[in-house]
Amino acid sequence: MAAIYSLFIISKSGGLIFYKDYGSAGRMDTNDSLRLASLWHSMHAISQQLSPTVGCTGIELLQADSFDLHCFQSLTGTKFFVVCEPGTQHMESLLKVIYELYTDYVLKNPFYEMEMPIRCELFDLNLSQAIQKDRVALLGR
Amino acid sequence: MAPLPARSGDAVFANIEHVNSELFTLTYGAIVRQLLTDLEEVEEVNKQLDQMGYNIGIRLIDEFLAKSNVSRCVDFKETAEVIAKVGFKMFLGVSATVTNWDTEGTSCSLVLEDNPLVDFVELPDTCQGLCYCNILSGVIRGALEMVSMKTEVTWVRDMLNGDDVYELRVKLLKQVLEEYPYKDDE
Repeated sequence: MAAIYSLFIISKSGGLIFYKDYGSAGRMDTNDSLRLASLWHSMHAISQQLSPTVGCTGIELLQADSFDLHCFQSLTGTKFFVVCEPGTQHMESLLKVIYELYTDYVLKNPFYEMEMPIRCELFDLNLSQAIQKDRVALLGR
Repeated sequence: MAPLPARSGDAVFANIEHVNSELFTLTYGAIVRQLLTDLEEVEEVNKQLDQMGYNIGIRLIDEFLAKSNVSRCVDFKETAEVIAKVGFKMFLGVSATVTNWDTEGTSCSLVLEDNPLVDFVELPDTCQGLCYCNILSGVIRGALEMVSMKTEVTWVRDMLNGDDVYELRVKLLKQVLEEYPYKDDE
């Protein structure tokens, strides 16, 4: 069973700019993924305001019976989140790696327009390698 | 898990891939030269360089944040230090010093003693008024805008015009609060 179910990237204005699912569990169609992304964007924003802690930066982990959702928001406001098997470890570092890949292969691509959906082959390629590596590391544990 | 605050960009600089500095310097020279040919007016070239820098800055900031491990700055003073010590080091290989704070703490000078962009440059008389490194001010403006700081960045001293150092004046115009809803024009 795949440890990671899916990966989402949301631009700072709340639009889904990247979605990819891994394995059969939790697969959804385009409309559902868009809906989920905007839902998460709003929930994240609301959580920031509802939190009793000053300087809260929003939900980082949502745990449910059938999945965990890890979210990382960069200081520029782009959100990266993975939906994975409950209890999967090291997702924060994976998200960090994905952020670096995004800066290298998406933002440095001169033909990528900011805030638009990501269609960059190099990003896809390096992303699947990173996820693959993560999976191998998981099997080895 | 708080990442260690990076006080210098040396470690990051050592870890990222580099290009030959001459290639970099000469490429930049070629761009400026081409802009002068295309636009003819020095003022227009300055504007164009600034715009190009801005476009670079709004993307570069993410790479900076992803690779430098700096966390949120508490105030503009810290921001300026981070730009001078980490940002410049990471992308240009030199660091700057921060001086000349005004009393409100909203504007300061970044002083560069060494600047790889100008290694072989001598400004001819026909190019008076050209801010050769204007791309740098654009980069800073663009990068800071993406982390909700509106700034104005201008060159005060330029070694190509006979000054002894490069001095960039960075002025914080306003800090846009990161609160929802974002206004439509942002």
